[in-house]
Amino acid sequence: MSILIDKSTKVICQGFTGSQGTLHSEQSMAYGTKMVGGITPGKGGQEHLGLPVFNTVREAVEATGAEASVIYVPAAFAKDGMLEAAAAGIKLIVCITEGVPTLDMLVVKASLDAQGVRLIGPNCPGVITPGECKIGIMPGDIHLPGKVGIVSRSGTLTYEAVKQTTDLGFGQSSCVGIGGDPIPGSNFIDILGMFEDDPQTEAIVMVGEIGGTAEEEAAEFIKSNVTKPVVGYIAGVTAPPGKRMGHAGAIIAGGKGTADEKFAALQAAGVTTVKSLADIGKTLKEVTGW
Amino acid sequence: MNLHEYQAKQLFAEYGLPVSKGIAVDTAEEAVAAAKKIGGDKWVIKAQVHAGGRGKAGGVKLVSSDDEIREFANRLIGTNLVTFQTDEKGQPVSKIYVETCTDIERELYLGAVIDRSTQRVTFMASTEGGVEIEKVAEETPERILRATIDPMTGASPYQGRDIAFQLGLKGKQVNQFANVFMGLAKLFDECDIALIEINPLVVTADGDIHCLDAKLSIDGNALYRQKSIGEMRDHSQEDERENQASEFNLNYVALEGNIGCMVNGAGLAMGTMDLVKLHGGQPANFLDVGGGATKEAVSEAFKIILSDEGVKAVLINIFGGIVRCDIIAEGIIGAVKDVGVTVPVVVRFEGNNAALGVKTLAESDVDIIAATSLTDAVEQAVKATGGA
Repeated sequence: MSILIDKSTKVICQGFTGSQGTLHSEQSMAYGTKMVGGITPGKGGQEHLGLPVFNTVREAVEATGAEASVIYVPAAFAKDGMLEAAAAGIKLIVCITEGVPTLDMLVVKASLDAQGVRLIGPNCPGVITPGECKIGIMPGDIHLPGKVGIVSRSGTLTYEAVKQTTDLGFGQSSCVGIGGDPIPGSNFIDILGMFEDDPQTEAIVMVGEIGGTAEEEAAEFIKSNVTKPVVGYIAGVTAPPGKRMGHAGAIIAGGKGTADEKFAALQAAGVTTVKSLADIGKTLKEVTGW
Repeated sequence: MNLHEYQAKQLFAEYGLPVSKGIAVDTAEEAVAAAKKIGGDKWVIKAQVHAGGRGKAGGVKLVSSDDEIREFANRLIGTNLVTFQTDEKGQPVSKIYVETCTDIERELYLGAVIDRSTQRVTFMASTEGGVEIEKVAEETPERILRATIDPMTGASPYQGRDIAFQLGLKGKQVNQFANVFMGLAKLFDECDIALIEINPLVVTADGDIHCLDAKLSIDGNALYRQKSIGEMRDHSQEDERENQASEFNLNYVALEGNIGCMVNGAGLAMGTMDLVKLHGGQPANFLDVGGGATKEAVSEAFKIILSDEGVKAVLINIFGGIVRCDIIAEGIIGAVKDVGVTVPVVVRFEGNNAALGVKTLAESDVDIIAATSLTDAVEQAVKATGGA
């Protein structure tokens, strides 16, 4: 078991023939992901990386039975891409694109929620179920099939957590990068609930950062809904207020969204927090007794 | 991206919102001419800076003669205004805004933000005009009235009327307020606004609703489709090094410490700063070279870090995902040769081609401390600055 994706998940790529789409589709296929085609409007009928290219997501879904789509189109076209995928019946959309305007996301999120479509991202590394399926830009070789569920707002911090759990031999059930934007398609709560229900996941690592209140909401959720051990880390203790720290969503605004508040909320919910990101694996070992 | 008050009011006027008649000028003589053109015998002149608290800092004045206008303009233009919202250097004043004077009966607050929890544009109003909304939210949260906008339907006038009645507005004021509300909602949507604040929104002595101040922030991600607003950008109000970095797609934020940090990924960059602090050091900056860092970007990043004279050591922390560590290594070697480095440089590579990156550095004639782990890297950097 795993969450969201496994070796049978049929995946298509929007922005397939572009440089990003090509590079990461190649790597995903090499990892074993069941890619079944891609979309580039105007290039329908061609073949790319040995897979069929379609003009529209609808055609791709009809021809291949694809269930998931990964989006690598430029930010200006991301809203259109997400809405197209949902309208075509795709149930899992992973949007890697960075820089999508926030107002676009308000509309996309409301529309996708109403259609019952799961969105991961935007501005995220994607989702991976190690050994089975990789949708996104994460380096596959640092992962190991195993028992830790990892959810994070940051790409490279996810990789740190992955590497530490791989080095200790625990491995990962699934890893989800929910992205660094203020309006993410999925939040911690959505993913934590899936990990709680997934028999393969025995413990959870949650990596948050400054800005917004997603971590505080996750803490409330964990308190009453999560029975598995959770190790939490928050980046940005040293971030100055009012400054955007790289991610569009990483900003302490009006004195709210500080790392200290988030650490406190997680601790109050029974989460074991780590102050050093180098200690995630070690702390997980202590908490689980593995 | 933030706008000046005069720019925000220009947009307000385009959306039919009631603002005072005003002219932005660069010199004292232009200010005098502007007052004459506006007419009347009393004006308000305001320093145009990207910061609140201008009134208390002496950046706003009620004037009634040419001499007073000249005195104010000559005293402020070309200087930096320090308010409680700026750093100790303040923000440069290059323009002042001359406006008609408004007689006030009542001050209110009206603002709109994107609420991340509800994932909706949310309007907030309060009877506590002139007071910071954060303070009201903290002390008397029950005095904040809210309206959330459904992204599928947009705003509706009843939401504006509802707030107006709760604010105790009467007669014509109710529809005036609802019109302001609808105009702001349209502006928010069409101009990719991230934040609107009108503090204060006033009831004038004539009983009309009027936008006395205006603050607007635009979503930086949407500037590609807000070209004319993008042209309003005033770089003088922003940090020079941050601007320089953004030209190379680098995210840089200056801090007070002495350990320069170069990291890939925003989260890891924050995490690295936090580790420096945890091990007794002080980070000099946040710098994310991004997922697709090129040799040139790395080289530029290095130069920006070293342009901060407070930097006594550089810590490079790269977890190669897409980016290859050997490419980063070449960028570092190139930059060191280009600009010369006199401070210790500690490097930690992990992930994509990490071993090759370390080898590339070791074989170069550049003097670099190769760290064996993340913690080791941070400890070495702190040690190099004479810290714990």
